[in-house]
Amino acid sequence: MSDFQNPARGQTPSQTIGPFFAYGLTPAQYGYGHLTAIATGSLIGEGVEGQRITLAGRVLDGAGEAISDAMVEIWQADSQGRYSHPADPGGRNAPFVGFGRVGTGTDPGARFLFETIQPGAVPGDADQAPHINVILFARGLLNHLYTRVYFADQAAANAQDPVLAALPEDRRGTLIAERVETPAGVEYRWDIHLQGDKETVFFDL
Amino acid sequence: MMQKTQTARDWTSHPSYRHAPYKSTALRAPSKPLTPLPEGLSELTGPVYGHDAVMGLDSDMTKNAAMNGAPLGERIVVSGVVMGEDGKPLPNTLVEVWQANAAGRYVHTADQHDAPLDPNFLGGGRCVTDANGVYRFTSVKPGAYPWGNHHNAWRPAHVHFSLFGPSIATRLITQMYFPGDPLFEFDPILGGVPESSRDRLVSEFSLDLTEPGIALGYRFDIVLRGRNQTPFESAP
Ligand SMILES: [Fe+3]
Repeated sequence: MSDFQNPARGQTPSQTIGPFFAYGLTPAQYGYGHLTAIATGSLIGEGVEGQRITLAGRVLDGAGEAISDAMVEIWQADSQGRYSHPADPGGRNAPFVGFGRVGTGTDPGARFLFETIQPGAVPGDADQAPHINVILFARGLLNHLYTRVYFADQAAANAQDPVLAALPEDRRGTLIAERVETPAGVEYRWDIHLQGDKETVFFDL
Repeated sequence: MMQKTQTARDWTSHPSYRHAPYKSTALRAPSKPLTPLPEGLSELTGPVYGHDAVMGLDSDMTKNAAMNGAPLGERIVVSGVVMGEDGKPLPNTLVEVWQANAAGRYVHTADQHDAPLDPNFLGGGRCVTDANGVYRFTSVKPGAYPWGNHHNAWRPAHVHFSLFGPSIATRLITQMYFPGDPLFEFDPILGGVPESSRDRLVSEFSLDLTEPGIALGYRFDIVLRGRNQTPFESAP
């Protein structure tokens, strides 16, 4: 192996995901069979406890058009509020991975769809209401965007949430998904607006 | 609030969301400033993918989609260290890559470039960094390709990279370029990166990585956000 002792030279700059990520990052969803998927839109499997939910939405550009070449990733705690990660003292042995990834190019309405469970409140994150962390990539986004989705039917917990409380009141709603009962179960609907009056709150974290 | 344990995204190194020469940013760049977020477990954790997430040929794009022979093009090895800003290598980090074939054509159905597909090449790969933070891919050199951003627009040859690092805060998607490409100065995607950090996206030719009789070697190190020096006082 060659000499890899060069000193670090600062953060590697971000670049857009571009339009052609599917066979590299979401192969199974788009029908490319050469790589197995490390993550899909389904986060649930055997042994995962909790209320099954669907999270569905669109990514809308400044003209209000649904974007069909975005990629959405979610990262969430399990039903008991544990992240499956060594930094979470409760999460080390959690059977729920909590990570999902879908492109918006296979749904006729350019929606992202995740089959997952309702996350619990995380004991280590003081007073934060249950939420799902969202990372968004798209052609035309030179850096990814971070946001969060909360649940409309958890109004009491949301009212206590310090992250929501720190936002201007008229923007809090951009992070709250609407609950809809469908024949298939509980669906939360939440669109991401990149620009405009309803622009979603994006975080610098 | 306690001091953050992770270093911030360095906005002097990254592109702006809005970059007029890259036209797709006009309707997609957020128009309001990003909102600061206190660091909690949501931000200090992220998916963990170890060596069990990848299979033997995943990192060899000259073989992982071969149907009846070898892909056409100039064989290359791309390798480097994934590290934090403190220079410490990051072992066990998933690295995913995708690229066009030697003719500059992606397999993706939306790629309408009139250049041939290669029956033996798809151009998707992944690997996990070793104990020294080193990743390594074998592939063919991707071709430049035209795109619709402006008249006679061509992307310089590049490989797309996706990395996680220790938490969702270190997530990075970027592109690696090849040294000396004459298209650099005309490319609004590379050009969106501040000039002072642009060369970090250009790999170096490496004779050490070059395999005699087989493949040219390119070195590309990747620096993710690091950890602050001062330890934080109490667990989050
Ligand atoms: Fe590309």
